[in-house]
Amino acid sequence: MYGVSQNIKNTANIILKILVVAIFAFPFLWVISVSLQTDAEVNTFPATIIPKTPQFNNYVRAWQAGPFLTYFKNSVVIIVAIITIQMLIMIPAAYAFAMYDFKLKNILFSLVLIAFMVPTQVTFVPVYLMMGEWGLLRTLWPQILPFMTNAFGIFLLRQYFMQVPEELIEAARLDNASELKIVYKLMIPMAKPALATIILFSFVSHWNEYFWPLIMTNTTDVRPLTVGIAALKSTEGFVNWNTIMAGNMFLIAPILIVYVFCSRFIIKAFSYSGIK
Amino acid sequence: MRKIDKIKQYVFPYLLILPSMVGIGLFVVYPIIKVIILSFYSTNMINPAKTKYVGFENYIKMFNKVMFKKAMVNTSIYTLVMIVVVLALSLLLAVWLGQKSSRINYICQMAVFLPHIISIVSVALIFVQMMEPNFGLFNSILVALNLPTSRWLQSSDTALMSVLLVSIWKSVGYYTLIFIAALQSVPRDIYEAAELDNAGKFKTFYKITLPMISPQIFFVVIVLTIGSFKVIETIRLMTNGGPNNATTSLVFYIYREVFNNTDIGKGAAAGVVLMVIVGIMTVLYFSSLSKRVHYR
Repeated sequence: MYGVSQNIKNTANIILKILVVAIFAFPFLWVISVSLQTDAEVNTFPATIIPKTPQFNNYVRAWQAGPFLTYFKNSVVIIVAIITIQMLIMIPAAYAFAMYDFKLKNILFSLVLIAFMVPTQVTFVPVYLMMGEWGLLRTLWPQILPFMTNAFGIFLLRQYFMQVPEELIEAARLDNASELKIVYKLMIPMAKPALATIILFSFVSHWNEYFWPLIMTNTTDVRPLTVGIAALKSTEGFVNWNTIMAGNMFLIAPILIVYVFCSRFIIKAFSYSGIK
Repeated sequence: MRKIDKIKQYVFPYLLILPSMVGIGLFVVYPIIKVIILSFYSTNMINPAKTKYVGFENYIKMFNKVMFKKAMVNTSIYTLVMIVVVLALSLLLAVWLGQKSSRINYICQMAVFLPHIISIVSVALIFVQMMEPNFGLFNSILVALNLPTSRWLQSSDTALMSVLLVSIWKSVGYYTLIFIAALQSVPRDIYEAAELDNAGKFKTFYKITLPMISPQIFFVVIVLTIGSFKVIETIRLMTNGGPNNATTSLVFYIYREVFNNTDIGKGAAAGVVLMVIVGIMTVLYFSSLSKRVHYR
């Protein structure tokens, strides 16, 4: 008797888990399905689940519906620039906070923590006005400069730097190694997991960013992919959902590919971001 | 020589952090001060000479605006629902999927977390299409199950709940991961002791698990509150605040005032309101971090 009820319990458990996977993964299969449907199939009721003959042409249509090469290029340039600048600024700062004692250290470090908590929704009005005054609104800079200091990155990297054994640093100093050499030959290799996490976070969050570029761009030539895809909704007028979803795949696919290959690392990085 | 070395030693750390402080100064500290200043002025964008100090006028006018009141009510409902539902769901999922590390549990975690790293643009587009009342998937399923259909985003009665459904679906996975990591940090022997005492599953959960992970629960409540009060993207993409202001949020109100009405003063005043809320949450968060209490 006990064995039977245990079996039922196990089966129910498995079925529930499959249901959970379906609820969270299905919409991403659904995008693919809609992106391959004909114009008629998209607009029938009840909805078409699997298209009769896949319309790969929708992807060409979507790509030609706007300057998507420009959008794509902008997204890539913005992300590469942000990550490069962040690294150049973050590594020295984290090194100073971890290794040196100086007068204003605590005050300045709490400033970093505050910066980590202040959302862009609070700062966007003055930053927008400032970018206008500087005449940068037709360039990519308003989407890059405000993210030059990665507060979370400084915080995380500092913790890794502090864990580097004192003796190693002392030994390097005795060998007359310059500070620069200590950072590049000793600290950075030790902090690789932290750097990988920070790059991953920057990549995901800026690839997905919508609010900031929406506000900071007035012309199509500086818009990133997110804003371009969102604009498809109005140009395609709520009718050509197949084209919109094909365009949507441009945005989803890169993240999805990265996720499939490094899900373990990504999940680990995100689950520990909440514990400090 | 010696003296120069000493100066170098003294100045060096400041030089190292200078660039990061320039970034924080320009894009965090200055904007915070500027938002407060702007909220006391009536800014004229076309003719800056006509910009004038108006005291609390922006605040008084804003608090009397129907759209602002609606935005505050909506944002409060949104925040409350997010805290209750996401907290409950993510705790449940974490306990369920995080106890044993098996293949199926890992696949579930992977699936639950997936929406978190996909752009809100993609997610919003997918759900707007699925929630389309006339040929969308949701109503197709409801019809197939002989259930009444819904207008989803297009009715002011259901729009906010529909937006919430998407927000919950998108964010529950992240908090589930945080709770799974938290649960794994609870020492095993406490559970073994409870088992020896014949404590039931629910009792163990209430008496041991919950108190042990209370710092993470507090962290999640703070993050959820801040995250909910700054909601804009989902609303801008799915409903544009409508129908009839049914989904207008605090930040959407700021966005409207600044970019549609070019009323920077009122937008900044609402920005200060947001700042105060985020500030209170931040203080609560850091004071809890410094105390680090596990048991309450």
